Amino acid sequence: MTGAALHTLLSHWRRHPLQLFTLLAGLALATALWSAVQAINAQARASYAQAAAQIGANAMDRLEPADGAMIPLDTYVALRRAGWLVTPVLEGRARLGGEKLTVIGVDPVTHPSLPALDDAAGALSPADLIGPPGRVFARPDTARRIAGLPGMPPVIASDEVPPGAVLTDIAVAERLLGQRGQLSRLLLLPDQPRGLRRLAEIAPELERVAPTARSEIARLTDSFHLNLTAFGLLSFAVGLFIVHGTVGLAFEQRRQMFRTLRALGLPMRRLIAVTLAEIAGAALLAGLAGLALGYLVAAALLPDVAATLRGLYGAPVDGGLSLRPAWVLSGLGMAFVGAFIAGGQALWRLRSLPILAAPGARTWAVGAARNARLQATVGAALILAGWLVLALAGGLIAGFVFLAGLLLGSALLLPAALGLVVGGAERLARGPVTEWVWADMRAQLPGLSLALMALLLALAANIGVGTMVKSFRLTFTGWLDQRLVSELYVTARDDAQGAEIAAWLAPRVDAVLPIRSVERRISGMPVFVYGIIDHPTYRAHWPLLQADPDAWDRVARGEAVLVSEQFARRTGRWTGATVALAPDWRLPVAGVYSDYGNPTGQMILSLPALLAHVGAVPNRRFGIRIAPDRVPGLAEALRRRFDLPEDAIVDQAEIKARSLAIFDKTFFITGALNALTLGVAGFAILTSLLTLWSRRLPQLAPVWALGLTRARLMRLEVARSAALAGLTAVVALPLGLVLAWALLAIINVEAFGWRLPMHLFPIDWLRLAVLALVAASVAAVISARRLVRASPSTLLAVFSNER
Amino acid sequence: MNVEHGRHVVRGRCPRRLRRLPRSIFRKMKELVAVAAGIIWLTGLVALMGHGDMAVRAQGFAGLGTRADGFAQARAGVRPVFPRDHGAHPDFRIEWWYLTANLKDAEGRDFGVQWTLFRLALRPGEADGWQSPQLWMGHAAVTSADTHRFAERRARGGIGQAGVRLDPFTAWIDNWVMTGADDLSRLRLAARGRDWSYNLELRADGPIVLHGDAGYSVKSPDGQASHYYSQPHYRASGRLVLSGRDIQVSGDGWLDREWSSQPLSADQEGWDWFSLRFDSGEKLMAFRLRGDGGDFTAATWIDPTGEATALPEGSFRAEPLTPAKQGGHRTPVRWKIRLPDRGLDAVVEALNPHAWMRTSVPYWEGPVRVNGTHTGVGYLEMTGYD
Repeated sequence: MTGAALHTLLSHWRRHPLQLFTLLAGLALATALWSAVQAINAQARASYAQAAAQIGANAMDRLEPADGAMIPLDTYVALRRAGWLVTPVLEGRARLGGEKLTVIGVDPVTHPSLPALDDAAGALSPADLIGPPGRVFARPDTARRIAGLPGMPPVIASDEVPPGAVLTDIAVAERLLGQRGQLSRLLLLPDQPRGLRRLAEIAPELERVAPTARSEIARLTDSFHLNLTAFGLLSFAVGLFIVHGTVGLAFEQRRQMFRTLRALGLPMRRLIAVTLAEIAGAALLAGLAGLALGYLVAAALLPDVAATLRGLYGAPVDGGLSLRPAWVLSGLGMAFVGAFIAGGQALWRLRSLPILAAPGARTWAVGAARNARLQATVGAALILAGWLVLALAGGLIAGFVFLAGLLLGSALLLPAALGLVVGGAERLARGPVTEWVWADMRAQLPGLSLALMALLLALAANIGVGTMVKSFRLTFTGWLDQRLVSELYVTARDDAQGAEIAAWLAPRVDAVLPIRSVERRISGMPVFVYGIIDHPTYRAHWPLLQADPDAWDRVARGEAVLVSEQFARRTGRWTGATVALAPDWRLPVAGVYSDYGNPTGQMILSLPALLAHVGAVPNRRFGIRIAPDRVPGLAEALRRRFDLPEDAIVDQAEIKARSLAIFDKTFFITGALNALTLGVAGFAILTSLLTLWSRRLPQLAPVWALGLTRARLMRLEVARSAALAGLTAVVALPLGLVLAWALLAIINVEAFGWRLPMHLFPIDWLRLAVLALVAASVAAVISARRLVRASPSTLLAVFSNER
Repeated sequence: MNVEHGRHVVRGRCPRRLRRLPRSIFRKMKELVAVAAGIIWLTGLVALMGHGDMAVRAQGFAGLGTRADGFAQARAGVRPVFPRDHGAHPDFRIEWWYLTANLKDAEGRDFGVQWTLFRLALRPGEADGWQSPQLWMGHAAVTSADTHRFAERRARGGIGQAGVRLDPFTAWIDNWVMTGADDLSRLRLAARGRDWSYNLELRADGPIVLHGDAGYSVKSPDGQASHYYSQPHYRASGRLVLSGRDIQVSGDGWLDREWSSQPLSADQEGWDWFSLRFDSGEKLMAFRLRGDGGDFTAATWIDPTGEATALPEGSFRAEPLTPAKQGGHRTPVRWKIRLPDRGLDAVVEALNPHAWMRTSVPYWEGPVRVNGTHTGVGYLEMTGYD
């Protein structure tokens, strides 16, 4: 009996292959986008974990200064002399071969385990490793890029080193970073001797931090991954709308079949079990297909995501994707969850199906109208709840909760809103055909509402994210123009050559602006401290967000600093606050400037003041002010005079182009997911119209019988579909703008640390609206063409089949 | 890096063998060498420093036996100058400050204590901070008849974590310290491991002894040599913490100082070294270097007044009796020693046969008893049996 029941149920799909395709494709698409995002996240997190494991940060407690400063070497020695078994790590960012890399310096004599060094141990003597010149370990791709650079020790390729980093002896690291006598952190070895003086007595400024599975970089990039996850969930939700519609329809069409099976003696429990098995089978099939698709999408996107993470956060992520059980399971799980969410409502109705009640053709629509009121109430409640969370809690998660409530709530409100509009139009309509058109549209609404909700979400997301990215790009371009004022930028091989170049340039150009910085941890945040000379260029062009009136004078006198917006937001130190650059060196903040696209904090102060407090500040990069027409000649002369490599001299246009390229790469993933979501929504409309077709025929046949031609009916079909899409687009616009505002004013600030002005792009909206109309029209044409092709006998058969 | 007794089995040669195995096996076995892993690449280096008075694995470190790479060389006729030469000689490749003591508690139970600081130069000379080419390693141990505890410490030079300075004389690594008068007449000695520690006061009641030819000690027929002197006349007293007990002890101590740049001949694979204190008040330092071309022995006889006599090569004879099998090592912990010149014919026996120093490179080092024509106590070090 079970077999027969299953066979009967499945026969439905044989007769409706398109429905089956829609079901599987919808579920597969939803799973694909979700699992692609998960795969990317899993890969990135695995890279962070590897980076942490490489330097033992995952296994050992560490000591860090509570105020985020550097640790003096003397503190390390004092701890050692007190008997504590600690090992030092010096970490910093250095530009090696035009690329910013993390230099990790360790002391192999006291460090317990370094896989990269172990692998190379056989071929190297200790003198080779400690140098000079020493050895540098890097991943094979990094090794190729940095090998043979001037001042670079021999490079050894090792897969054990995290991407974007080089591992080396601490003495070599000091030379590469231009830092002496300072440490980033200390690792506490296991098995400390008993009876030592307490750590807090010897080094009260150090904080003992237990090892966490999550590295600092993982925490830093949390917001980015949360962003991706939110996008994945949105795509998943859009996909689910398709599945929900299809499953609902398939159950509706099989009521007759269910009743017959029950009448033949199939117990309800068995029927439900068989139905569940059917849904599970579909979920498994679609889940596997979705995983395969998701893998492809992830593999295609990962290199750019990796570039984004490197560019934005300096996070080391490998460009290659590996299959991980975690996301395979999560993808399949999501397919099952989605299928059962989509089928749940139908199953519930099946449970209470009376064996003998006749199916009312209109009951569905009536029920739907009641549903629409309920949905609207729930929708309004969701929006309110999201707003309350944002108002009360704040923060990134609250921002996303607000967005989720807003989007889902608006989608649920959509049928009611459309119903009102169409109902109003119906009342205004004159003439039987017009009245019928509006009434029919209202009757069609419940069937199409899910597809329209998907369209609403996709359109709103596109408008919102598009507005955010474009506003950002506009602001960023303007900011680049302001910030990059030097006509030429030159990088010397080392400090000595830097001094030579500066001296050579001085009489030949309008101004030489040294770009000199040191990396510090200030208030718990990595910060690049730039020393600048007092030059009108800065006063005229530096993009200040807020400042004291005499800010530049005070900076020039070495009495104040300017800090970047990221630093101000993350540490809460705005104009008027004080920052501690060193334990004995505190300066007030005279102003805050914007510094988009920078993962670390930044501050600028007077170069003489910086040099007075910090011994070794690399002196290798310069901005040159010169008449634009003299740039090519000077660049050539510089190259010849100092034998500089091609990329050591870059003009302003090139740097801008590079910066914009990095920017565009950063938002590549956003754009790609956006397009995919819109595609899914278009597909949802098409499938909804196609699956509704079987029900349309009995509704259209009487109208045809009353004298409307098939061609006119088809035109009316297309117009109706386009009108609904158009109405949805109109609702989507304000929703999208609210979304954009939330992204710019809440999510960006929390995730990246900068707030952006919002710009409007009406042309984009128009394009999107046209796209929505076209998608709806095409979908309507594809399904309505059957009407034109339908022979009169088919239409007549509708009446003979009527029960 | 820290190796504690009984917690990790670490063999000096093991990592080298592992490297020839497939990578996957290497990874699995990494667990076994977890604590030693960091030093794998240092194996060659540690081989130099790994032994009390002589590098065992000179063969594995070809540069040592043949070239000196700008390092200063031990030279005959250069007499040590004190207190200057109690300090470090950064132009020589290797150097050590090596103190052992035989002690007794109130109930007459025997204990031994070892405190050693090795210096190794990657290049001659010194530099500031991490750029320093000097490396330091400390070994310390406490031994009783049934317990042996030891630990290792390592440090870079130039930063102050380890070193030796004068005025007042101080040799240190981490919180292990040997400090006192610049003439080494008084010393305070301290070391601490995971669950043991000691604090000793030492007072010399005799003169410093120069070995070989006025401190120029030849180590092979090929002429390898070192500068070598001792202060064998310490009276020691202090406290040990061992097995959770605080123990008052007193006895005798012996300090060895040696530096060199080319201490071993390429074919010499191991070394047995004795420092013995007889009840008659006489003392003996003797060593046997085991090489392919036969053994090379040398000895210094010290009479009760502290007058030292270098005995000619070959006059000291040592013959292993009972090998103690331990974790695959066959180590002779009983010896027949003879010195016909002085009428010495005795058996040297370990107080605790299990006194292995399972440090970066393992060796045997522990207190011994002497019975025969002469009776007494002392220390024995055996290398190259791993």
